[in-house]
Amino acid sequence: MNGITLAALYFIVASGFTLIFGMMRVVNLAHGSLYLIGAYIGYDVASMTGYWFLALFGGAIGAALVGVAMQYLVLDRYQGQDLRQALVTIGLSIIAADLLLARYGGLTYQFEVPELLYGSMPLPVVGGYPIFRLTLIGFAIALYLGLWMLVQRTRFGIIIRAGVDDRQMLGALGVNLTRVSILVFGLGSALVGLAGVVGSSALSIAPGEDARYLLSSLVVVIVGGMGSIPGAAIGALLVGLAEQVGLAYFPTYSVVISFVIMVAVLAWRPYGLLGRPA
Amino acid sequence: MNARRPLMARPQPWMVRTLLLGALVVYPLLVPVFWVVSVGAYAIVLGIIALSLTFLAAYGGMISMAQMAIAGAAGYALAIFSLHSASGDIALLPWPSAVAVAMVVGTGTGLLIGVVAVRSQGIYMLMSTLAIAMILFYLAQQNTTLLHGFDGFRGVAVPTVSGMSLRDPLPFYYLCLVFGALLYGLVLYLVRTPFGLAIQGIRDDPRRMTSLGYRVAWHQVAAYGVAGFIAAVGGVLALWYHGGISPGSIGMTATVSVLIASVIGGLGHPRGAFIGALTYVLIQIFAVDLVGNERFNSLIGFVFLVIVMLSPDGLIGLWRRIRGDRTGLGGVVVAPRQ
Amino acid sequence: MVGHRLSRIAAAAGIAAAFSVSAFAQGTVRIGGLATLDGPFVALGQEAFRAMELALEEANYTAGGRKIEWIKESSDGRPDVALTKARKLIEQDKVDILIGPMSGGEGLAVKEYAKSVPNRTFVNGFSAAQETTLVSPAPNFFRFSTDGAQWQAGLGTYAYDTKGYRNVAVVAGDYSFGYTQVLGFMSEFCAKGGKVIEKIWVPNGTKDFSSSIARIPAKADAVYVMLGGADAVNFLTQYDQSGAKQPLIAGSNVVDQTVLSSKGPFQRQLVGTPSAHMVADEIDTQAYRDYVAQYKKRFPNALSSPSAPYYGYYVATKAVLTALNQVGGDISGDQAKFRQALAGVKLDTAYGPVRLDENRQAIANIYVTEVARRADGSLYNRPIKVIPNVNQTLGQPRDAFVARGVPSRDNPSCP
Repeated sequence: MNGITLAALYFIVASGFTLIFGMMRVVNLAHGSLYLIGAYIGYDVASMTGYWFLALFGGAIGAALVGVAMQYLVLDRYQGQDLRQALVTIGLSIIAADLLLARYGGLTYQFEVPELLYGSMPLPVVGGYPIFRLTLIGFAIALYLGLWMLVQRTRFGIIIRAGVDDRQMLGALGVNLTRVSILVFGLGSALVGLAGVVGSSALSIAPGEDARYLLSSLVVVIVGGMGSIPGAAIGALLVGLAEQVGLAYFPTYSVVISFVIMVAVLAWRPYGLLGRPA
Repeated sequence: MNARRPLMARPQPWMVRTLLLGALVVYPLLVPVFWVVSVGAYAIVLGIIALSLTFLAAYGGMISMAQMAIAGAAGYALAIFSLHSASGDIALLPWPSAVAVAMVVGTGTGLLIGVVAVRSQGIYMLMSTLAIAMILFYLAQQNTTLLHGFDGFRGVAVPTVSGMSLRDPLPFYYLCLVFGALLYGLVLYLVRTPFGLAIQGIRDDPRRMTSLGYRVAWHQVAAYGVAGFIAAVGGVLALWYHGGISPGSIGMTATVSVLIASVIGGLGHPRGAFIGALTYVLIQIFAVDLVGNERFNSLIGFVFLVIVMLSPDGLIGLWRRIRGDRTGLGGVVVAPRQ
Repeated sequence: MVGHRLSRIAAAAGIAAAFSVSAFAQGTVRIGGLATLDGPFVALGQEAFRAMELALEEANYTAGGRKIEWIKESSDGRPDVALTKARKLIEQDKVDILIGPMSGGEGLAVKEYAKSVPNRTFVNGFSAAQETTLVSPAPNFFRFSTDGAQWQAGLGTYAYDTKGYRNVAVVAGDYSFGYTQVLGFMSEFCAKGGKVIEKIWVPNGTKDFSSSIARIPAKADAVYVMLGGADAVNFLTQYDQSGAKQPLIAGSNVVDQTVLSSKGPFQRQLVGTPSAHMVADEIDTQAYRDYVAQYKKRFPNALSSPSAPYYGYYVATKAVLTALNQVGGDISGDQAKFRQALAGVKLDTAYGPVRLDENRQAIANIYVTEVARRADGSLYNRPIKVIPNVNQTLGQPRDAFVARGVPSRDNPSCP
């Protein structure tokens, strides 16, 4: 049961990453920083207004703004240079982590989740289970369906899919690539900012969370295949369940499991389970 | 070749190199101890580990994030067999044997990692090697029986040779300098051998090399082995420098520091590894004095960012551009300029 | 000719000066401070430097008739980095006395380094690993704060006698500090006849404790929790969310002010939780009240009361200043006289008297506490009992204590 919750959280966090990579082939290693930015801004919004639900919006919008700024001002010039983008985003993430530390200090923050979502709920078989975790699962499913609808059923989604297949052709067909890039990056960043608020309500906000969620997003996305939303879902499920099984049966080394899975998948299928070469 | 050109209009490469080598040899006699060991020797040690990354990147077109972990594997192996604070009075092996074991472990780890890593390319290889580095980090942190878990090894004894401890400032500096120079020369030599040329051919066009009959994967794995050897030397020296090793030595921050050093210096040539390492060490040590205690990470990140954005070939590239050479670079990895 | 020679000498002098940090001012004593302003212990590091600043300000940056220059360096919790920064302070900044480091692993590394620099003095900041002073101590390393095992004195007895717990489950961080605190607790608890029926070791940095919580046996009367700052907050939140069936006993770090000051619904799990530490809040003495008033006046935007790392660095700095005053600022002759004075320093602090044993390890009061809520809603550690003069061997004969070995996952065990 916990494995599914963890998978839900991983999927929510990783969906933005895979969207951005799939469409724009940008490796955004500052993804974890956007998570933290979303979480902290969300916390500020919640403290100011007293409403947790507003924090969701605050976090999403805040992260989206930062993400778009990053894309427009910095990353756009290095289109096509995978490694350079990776390095640039590493540099940005180091600076972002330090600036967040300066602004928010070293203490750990915890969200005040609304009473509605807090506490425990009796479930068959497992007994009491935290309601918030159930909400997480519901949220992840909703997100998956939402993204699926977006990508498969809307015009924007068609553009995204076309861009994944052949970006240059898309430009040649007259689509305003810059505008689409901004929209996609904004959406992807908003998703991870949202994940920041949600994830931090289940766990907590502290310096260092950015590295942790970046690593797990990388694992999930690579296992599932970069650019594939179903892939991200499969990757998240695989990793989430494996980690929980590991914790139950060999707790000492369970932390290693997600990385072992990543290495194994890459060795077997170099582009991930559902990924495709550029 | 214009016979009428004055002799000193442009310094010959060999003169520059000799001068540089001479300066490095004389350096410890001119500066305080701190600069000899904590800046000089330490920069060389980090430079050696960065060299292993730069070697793979420049000549193999492969980015490996696992080099620090490989160095750590050698370090841990050596620590286990040396005298340390929890080992009682006897070391498990005499130090030359222990060092040999460490070298085998390091090189072997490099080869094993290579076998897995070469199945991916480009950014995926970067991720794969990063994941492997994280696996090794967690193994080191979680295993308490052999690797002493979170606390690692402390008080590791450094060998004494004819009454002189190798950890004394001058001996240690020269030890690092000698091995740094040897490995640097090794890399430059290797890339001119048939093996080296094959590696570069594979970097440029693997398909063609395959059609020419080269076993691409084998060559790449061998390159990882060479890089592993180089990193292992760095790992041994690093263990002696710190007098200990712990999971933090091979964690995320340490892993990224190698990449930062290589990139800042310039991924196109082996000397970039050492230049970048020196820059990194200087920033790490003196950033506090520049921007105050609290924001030194921002400074490091900022310098790294500026260099990556302005000069794909790191400081070497900047230097070249200042001197007016055209580099014609598009991507980050550059063919050697010799 | 002369001018040419003079200018060459001036150039050489300039180069020499460029390498040394600042021209050695006659009579200045340099004190270096090493704490974690990076990595997982940032909040603790901030407290540490506040403490040093306040202590030095109180003394007007003067001791023994000499001016004091304070040089700060930051580490990130990793021993390698702590060593590099310690070397910088000692060799480059030429500090005479180094106060720090913050964490256990760093302390062990700095202690080893201290052995190689016998003519300088090292005073511990907050690092609390037992082995630092118990096993192969360095003659120039002084620790005026108590270690992790000492911090738990009195808690085992309290849990058994007063709370009536007989079977306890342990959830603790899987590293030496976790083992040390568990040893401190189990020393008394097991001696009284209590049983630790399950030990759940959690890797550092774990975020998801659901599996650990699931492993807590139903027949445990209480759960002893020993986790670091951010991990503690996570665990408490998840424990709360999962229904929190059993009461908690807290290790020292779990109820440190840096955790109590973090806001969130997890706080209700903490109210009423017993713990033990070298510090406590709302002690009914004038000395304590002055100490807290000072903290709040100088640092109005910090925590609601001073934390343990604050106290550790404060006591260390105070001890150094006291010793300097005693020897009239004389740190000549490899600082021998100074160190002798330092070893004999006895302080009267807000938390009671502090003195050193033969390994230069602190003997001090330990407070058994319970978490309570103030009128303004903030949490604090209410002192229940004072265990006076706790030494490193917890009152047991030294040989027997050392013979039991270094704390580990399985040592001690009861059953």
